[in-house]
Amino acid sequence: MIRPIPGEELARRIQDACPGAVERWAGLDLWVRPERVLEVCQHLKSDSGLGFNLLNSISAVDYVEHFEVVYHLTSTSHLHSAVLKARVFGREDPTLPSVVGLWQGADYQEREIWDLMGVRFEGHPNLKRILLWEGYPGHPLRRDYLEAPR
Amino acid sequence: MTTGLGLSAAPPGERYKRLLPGAMSMRSEPVTVNVGPQHPSTHGVFRLRVTFDGEIILDVEPIFGYLHRGSEKLAEERTYTQVITLTDRLDYVASMTNNQAYVLAAEKLAGLRPPERAMYLRVIAAELQRIASHLMATGFLLNDLGAFATPLMYCFREREKILDLFEMLCGARITLSYMRVGGVFQDAPEDFWPALRKFLKEMPGYIDEYEALLVENEILVTRTRGVSVLTVDHALNASVTGPMLRASGFPWDLRVVDPYEVYDRVRFDVPVGKAGDNYDRFKIRLDEMRQSLRIVEQCVEQIEPGPVRAESPALLRPPAGDAYARIEGPKGELGFYLVSDGSIAPYRFKLRAPSFINLTVLRDLVIGWKLADMIVTLGSIDINMGEVDR
Amino acid sequence: MNAFLAGNSLMRGLYCWLAANQGNAQECSPGWQPGMAARDGLLPAGWEWLAFAVTASVAAFLVLNLFLLLAMFYTYLERRLIGRFQVRIGPNRTGPWGLLQPVADAIKLLTKESIIPDGADRWLFNLAPIAMVVTMFMVLAVLPFGEGTFIADINVGLLFLIAVTSVNALAVFMAGVASGNRYAMFGGVRAVAQLISYEVPMVLSVVGVLLLAGSLSLVDIVNAQRVPFLLLQPLGFFIFVVGASAEMNRPPFDTLEAESEIVAGYHTEYSGMKFGYFWLAEYSAVLTTSGVIATLFLNGWQGPLLPSHVWFLLKVFGLAFVFIWVRSTLPRVRIDQTMAFAWKFLLPLGLLNIFVTAAEILVLGQPQGEGRVFSTGGLWLMAGINVTVTIGSVAVFSRLVSLRTPALPVPAAHLSRVEAR
Repeated sequence: MIRPIPGEELARRIQDACPGAVERWAGLDLWVRPERVLEVCQHLKSDSGLGFNLLNSISAVDYVEHFEVVYHLTSTSHLHSAVLKARVFGREDPTLPSVVGLWQGADYQEREIWDLMGVRFEGHPNLKRILLWEGYPGHPLRRDYLEAPR
Repeated sequence: MTTGLGLSAAPPGERYKRLLPGAMSMRSEPVTVNVGPQHPSTHGVFRLRVTFDGEIILDVEPIFGYLHRGSEKLAEERTYTQVITLTDRLDYVASMTNNQAYVLAAEKLAGLRPPERAMYLRVIAAELQRIASHLMATGFLLNDLGAFATPLMYCFREREKILDLFEMLCGARITLSYMRVGGVFQDAPEDFWPALRKFLKEMPGYIDEYEALLVENEILVTRTRGVSVLTVDHALNASVTGPMLRASGFPWDLRVVDPYEVYDRVRFDVPVGKAGDNYDRFKIRLDEMRQSLRIVEQCVEQIEPGPVRAESPALLRPPAGDAYARIEGPKGELGFYLVSDGSIAPYRFKLRAPSFINLTVLRDLVIGWKLADMIVTLGSIDINMGEVDR
Repeated sequence: MNAFLAGNSLMRGLYCWLAANQGNAQECSPGWQPGMAARDGLLPAGWEWLAFAVTASVAAFLVLNLFLLLAMFYTYLERRLIGRFQVRIGPNRTGPWGLLQPVADAIKLLTKESIIPDGADRWLFNLAPIAMVVTMFMVLAVLPFGEGTFIADINVGLLFLIAVTSVNALAVFMAGVASGNRYAMFGGVRAVAQLISYEVPMVLSVVGVLLLAGSLSLVDIVNAQRVPFLLLQPLGFFIFVVGASAEMNRPPFDTLEAESEIVAGYHTEYSGMKFGYFWLAEYSAVLTTSGVIATLFLNGWQGPLLPSHVWFLLKVFGLAFVFIWVRSTLPRVRIDQTMAFAWKFLLPLGLLNIFVTAAEILVLGQPQGEGRVFSTGGLWLMAGINVTVTIGSVAVFSRLVSLRTPALPVPAAHLSRVEAR
C-alpha cells in the first residue's frame, strides 16, 4: 500500500531544510511558496527519509484569481506519496521554477502546461508549445479563454 | 549544415578520406527527415524530426498535437457522466481502463463506493482490456519489425474475441463507456459468463502460439536484444511507468503497490525484464497477458450476485475539492486529476497520459541507433496518439 | 546460323515452315540423310534472317505473354496464400474465388494518374521502371521452361543471367535518386549496398554447380543433373536462395522498401503504371528466380510421368510458395545486419563450398577427356559429405558470427542528464 503523507507531516519534515517555504496545509495537500518549489522538490527527492523519486504528474488549475500547479509525487522505496501545490498569482506572466533538472519526466508535462495554461517554467531547457503550434493565440485551458473569432 | 551535436570529431566524409587518403573526395552531410505525420509506423499522426548521418540517428525531436481535440477543455462543460464518453476517445484501444481511472477519480471526489459486484465486473473488463491493448502493442511492434502483418493479424484474431465479450457487456466494441460513477452501466448478461470461460480456456493456447512464433525467433532477437536500453534509474527519473518500467527490471505495478478495487483479493505475479531493451519491452507484454488471465479467472470464481450500481443522483454534484486517482493502465500509470467546484461539471479535468510521458525518453533511447531501431523502439514504447494528443 | 535450332523445339516448327531448305535440312527435315532433297519452306534461300526475325519475335511474344499470365496468377496466389497465413480470407470478390483480382489491380493502376514530383529528375525517373522490368524479362531469354523449350541456349547462359539480374541494382538506384524524396534516397542507397553485396555470395554459390556440370549453358546444367544438385550442393542451394531473396528484396531482406521504416523505399514517389512496373518486376522476379533455382538445383524440367513443362511449373511454384511462406513469417533484418550477413556469413560459406566441391571432384571423379565423371556411388557419397558439411558449417558459423552491432557512442552531454535514485 502506498501511504499518502498528510500535508501537516510533510510540512514538518521539510521545514528544517527549507524554512519558510511552506504556505499552509490542509488534509493531504501541502502548499509551498511558488519561488521555493525547486528547493522543496530538491529536498523531497534527495532526503533519504522522503526519497520521492517518481514524479507522477504535474497539473495546473486555473482558479481565476490564481493558478495552482499540483505535483503528485511518489517514493518507490518508502512507498509513500505526497501532493505538493503552489499558487501563482497574476495572469500576465505566471512563473514557476522548472523541476526538469530533478525529474526528466517533468519535461513534456511542463511544456504542456505552458502550452495550454500559460504558466511559464523558468529554467526549462526547451519551453516550447507542445500540442498546439507556435503562434497559437492564447492558452486554451484558461477559464477566460475565448476562441479567436474566425 | 550543422546539428550542433558533433557526435564524431570529424564530419562523416572526413572519416572516409582518412581511410582512403586521396582516393576519393567524398563530401557528406547530415540529412534531416520528417518521419511522419504520414508514415506507416508512427502509430497515428505523429511526427519525428530526425537528423541522420547515413542511417545513424544524430538527433530526434518528436512533434505531436495533430490529434489534439481539447478533451480537457471539453470536459469542463459536460456532466460527470457525459465525461465518460470523452475518456473513451483518449486511448481508443483501451477505453475500459480509461473509464475505470476516470470513474475512480470521480468516486473519490464524490465519496461514493461502488458495490462489490460492480468492482469485480470492472476488474474483469479492465484486465480483458489490458490483454487487448497488449495484443495490439505486440502486433504493431512486430509489424514495425517488418513481419508483414502476420503476427498483427494473429493478435487481432484474439482481440476480436475480447471485443465480442465487450459487445455483450455494453453493446459497443471500441468506445465502450461501460463504467459509471458508482458502478457499471449494467450487469453482464447470462451468456457472457460461458463466453468468458471459453475465452479463458482458449487464450493461454494462443499466447503459447505467439511465443512459439516470436520469442525465440533469431531475427527478432538479433534486432531487439541490447537495442535502446533503458535503465531503471533513467526510467524512474523520466516518470516512465507501466510495462516499460517493468521491462527495465523494476517491479512497480500499482495493482500491487497501491491496490484499487479488488486487486488485493487476487493473486498474480509482476513480470519484470532484465535489460530494459526492446526485447524485454516486447516480452513483458506477453507475460502480462498471462497474469491478466489469472486475474480474470480468480475474479470469475469470486464474483457474487448483487447490485452493480451504487445509489447516486442522476446529476452528480461532488463537494468542492480535488482528487487524483490512478490505475495501472495497459501503457502505464493512468491518472485523472479532477477538481470540483460543487457544480454538475468538473471544474478541471486533467489526464496523466502514460504514453505521453513515456515518450519523454524516446530521444535518449534512439540517438546513436539506426532508423530501423527507432521505429522498433517507438513501437515498444506503445504510444497511442489519442492519448498523447488528447 | 542454325545453331540456335539445336534441341530447340519451341522455335523449330515456325522457322522450318518459313525457311526450310537444303542448308538446314539436318534440323528441319526429319529422317534426312546427306544426298537427299530437303523440304522447302515458304521463303527462298538467303531470306533465313527474316524467318529468324519472325520466329524470334513470335517466340518472345508468346513467352512474355504466357509469363505475364503466370505472373498475374502468381500475384493472386501470393495474396491469397498470405491471406491464409494471416488467418484471413484474402481477395475473393472479383470473379470466381477472386481470380480476376490481378485484372482489377491492373485496371486500377492503368487508370491512375502518373505523378512526377517537382524535384524529380524526369528522365531517370521515367527510365527506372522500364529498366527494372526489361532486365527482369531478359532472364527469360535463357531459361529452359521444358524439354527443348527455350528461346536461346547460349553457352554463357549462367553468366548472362548473373549479368542481367545485377542491372536491377542500377534501376533501383535510379528510381531512388531520381525521385527527389529522402525515403526514396534511403531506399536507393540501401539498394546499392545490399544488391551488390549479395551478388558476391550468390555467384560464389553457383560456382559449385558449374564445377559439377562443367558448362555455363543452362540446358547442359539441367542435363548434367543425374542427381539433383540440391543434394550435391546443399550449401550452394542455401546461399543461393538466401542471396536471391535479398536480390529480389523479399523479406526478411526487404530493407530497400521496408514499409515500416522508409514508407516504400525507392518507389515511394511512383504512382500509376510506373509503380505497376516495379510491382510487376518484383513479383515476376520471384517466378524467374524460382525458375533459375529449379534449373540449377532441382533438375530443371526433368521428372517422371508428367510432361516436362508441368514439372518445371510445379517446381517453380513450389519454390514460390516457399518464398511466400518466408515472407509471411519472418521479421525484417536491419540493413547493417543484412550486410554483415552477406559478408561475414554467406561469403565464407560460399568459399568453403567451392573448396569442398573442388576437392571432392578431384578425389572422387575419374578423369575422362577434358573433364571428370562420377560413378553413382561416388555421387551419393558426395551428397552425404556435402549435407554434413552444410549442417556443420552453418551451425559453426551461426555460433561464431554475430550480427549485432552496437549503437554509435553518444557523448553524455547530448543525452538528458539523469540523477541516481
